[in-house]
Amino acid sequence: MTDTSTRTRGGGNPSPSGRRRPGRPAKASGLPVWSIPYLLLIPGLLVIGALLLYPMVQVAIMAFQKVGLPQIRPVNKRPPEWVGTDNFSQIFDNEIFWSALRNTLVFAVLAVTLTLVVGTAVGVLLNKLGKKMSTLVIVGIMFAWAVPPVAQGIIWKWLFDAEAGIINWALNLLPDWLSTLVFGRADWTGEPWLNDAWSIYMVLIITVVWASFPFIAVSVLAGLKGIPAELYEAARVDGASAWRTFRKITFPLLRPVFAVLTVLSIIWDFKVFSQLYVLMGGPTNREAFNLSMYSYAEAFRSPPKMGSGAAIALVLTVILLVVTAVYVRQLVKQEDMT
Amino acid sequence: MSPLARKRLGKIALNATGLLVFVFAIFPVYWMVSTAFKTNDQIFTTEFIPFPTSFTFEHVHRVLTEGVAGNSIWVYMGNSAIVALGTVLVGAVFSLLAATAVARFNFKGRSTFLIVLLVAQMIPAEALLIPLYLRVIDLGLVDQLAGLILVNVGLTLPFGIWMLRTFVAAVPKSLEEAAWIDGASRLTTFWRVLFPLVAPGLVATSIFSFITAWNELIFALVLMSESSGYTMPVALQFFFGQKGTDWGAIMASSTMMTIPVVVFFLIVQRRMVTGLMAGAVKG
Repeated sequence: MTDTSTRTRGGGNPSPSGRRRPGRPAKASGLPVWSIPYLLLIPGLLVIGALLLYPMVQVAIMAFQKVGLPQIRPVNKRPPEWVGTDNFSQIFDNEIFWSALRNTLVFAVLAVTLTLVVGTAVGVLLNKLGKKMSTLVIVGIMFAWAVPPVAQGIIWKWLFDAEAGIINWALNLLPDWLSTLVFGRADWTGEPWLNDAWSIYMVLIITVVWASFPFIAVSVLAGLKGIPAELYEAARVDGASAWRTFRKITFPLLRPVFAVLTVLSIIWDFKVFSQLYVLMGGPTNREAFNLSMYSYAEAFRSPPKMGSGAAIALVLTVILLVVTAVYVRQLVKQEDMT
Repeated sequence: MSPLARKRLGKIALNATGLLVFVFAIFPVYWMVSTAFKTNDQIFTTEFIPFPTSFTFEHVHRVLTEGVAGNSIWVYMGNSAIVALGTVLVGAVFSLLAATAVARFNFKGRSTFLIVLLVAQMIPAEALLIPLYLRVIDLGLVDQLAGLILVNVGLTLPFGIWMLRTFVAAVPKSLEEAAWIDGASRLTTFWRVLFPLVAPGLVATSIFSFITAWNELIFALVLMSESSGYTMPVALQFFFGQKGTDWGAIMASSTMMTIPVVVFFLIVQRRMVTGLMAGAVKG
């Protein structure tokens, strides 16, 4: 289709249009039409190839090599040493790897679930609110969404601060008997939330859910606006409960939206780094590492062990690709590939 | 209870929940900003002080003059701006070219390219840290903002192409064909017809890349070893010192870092959602 129209133009047929600028057409029609898309793709392909695909191959190779200081120093560089599966057996023997893997998986499951549940609930709520109120709430959640990940970590670190944090202040407000009954203590001043792995992850989950539910809510709202009101009308006439309406109408119709949101959330939450880095103050607490942090710590804390860092990164990538493979396949099938 | 009263009560409950969500979302942001303008007496207290009654600019002033890690916050804001804008400029050109190719031409290898884009999007950036770091060393770009720009272009490009492609595809082809019939060249058509119509999409895509590059921590952390080259996310880490944390200063700096993103968000809010979703669902 594009070919014919270009030939009409390039066929030397002098156009009567006075708008035609001399020089321009010759420049463009000097190239064979079939080559144009390839030329347009060159810069993008170069970037993607050199900065994403080739490095990924390198990670896979380095995972089987020993790459330490002698291999990366600028002078007197030695070639990387081939060590087979040593890096893997080394990290698999290390209990930090297993706690990092557990932290990654448990965090991803909890954070993704909570984000989706809270986000969907708020999206449904926004759809029911009046115009003024929903605008107010949307502007509010926009702020939470816009905060950069590093600042998110900083804000929640401050809210959970042991001495002057507002969370401890709020917990102190609870009646002593209730606080003692539920938590076994009444005085919260000085409670250090960011020392133990479990409480670091609790704060991390709150941080990530706070920052990511707005996107889900706004997307669900956009999806809900597309559902014809008659469907809900009919459900109401039939006396369906709110939960039943959601399960039988809203959810099935928004299924593609939910599929995308779930995968995006998984991708984002699996490799969370910035917020965790801030909350625990750099790669300090080994028990609280996740896979990204573990890989970073292995490769960039002295002595640098880039080989095992690459091995951990490879494990992370493989898990992520497997989890998202189903979705990619579906997209590829859907995609208009003609 | 009469049905009318019940309906009214339901409405009140809905609005109350809405207000609760609003407070949950906005309070942490408000707390950041208000801490930035409180005096240290009002910051380091176990009391709850909702408003900075002792309103002060001392923290803002301090981070702008004294700064952190030896430089004023302006230096880091400047570095972040250079990296983010550089990423946007290079990324916008590259993604527009590629998106046009994918959305406007049928060519051999098109579907392969789309699959490559998808897979590239799935690769976690954190996994590429090590080889890209070594590559940047090889290129002699350590401690150079150009190295960071290069990396950020790589990280944002697949999504940029994927998102922009839907905006290009949304422009009816007949418009371009009309221009061709009038004798306009392919290049003229591109600049005069397609580009103006895709521009809003390009702005949305660019803002997305800007925010990604502006927020990026891990690569800036390993690629920049001298403090004069730190970006904001890296510089902020240096407020957490051995002698306790200067919360007033860190909140002032975080606020400064957050402002541009909030502004951009409010500008492209609606397109952001359609872009992200359209980028991921069928285009």
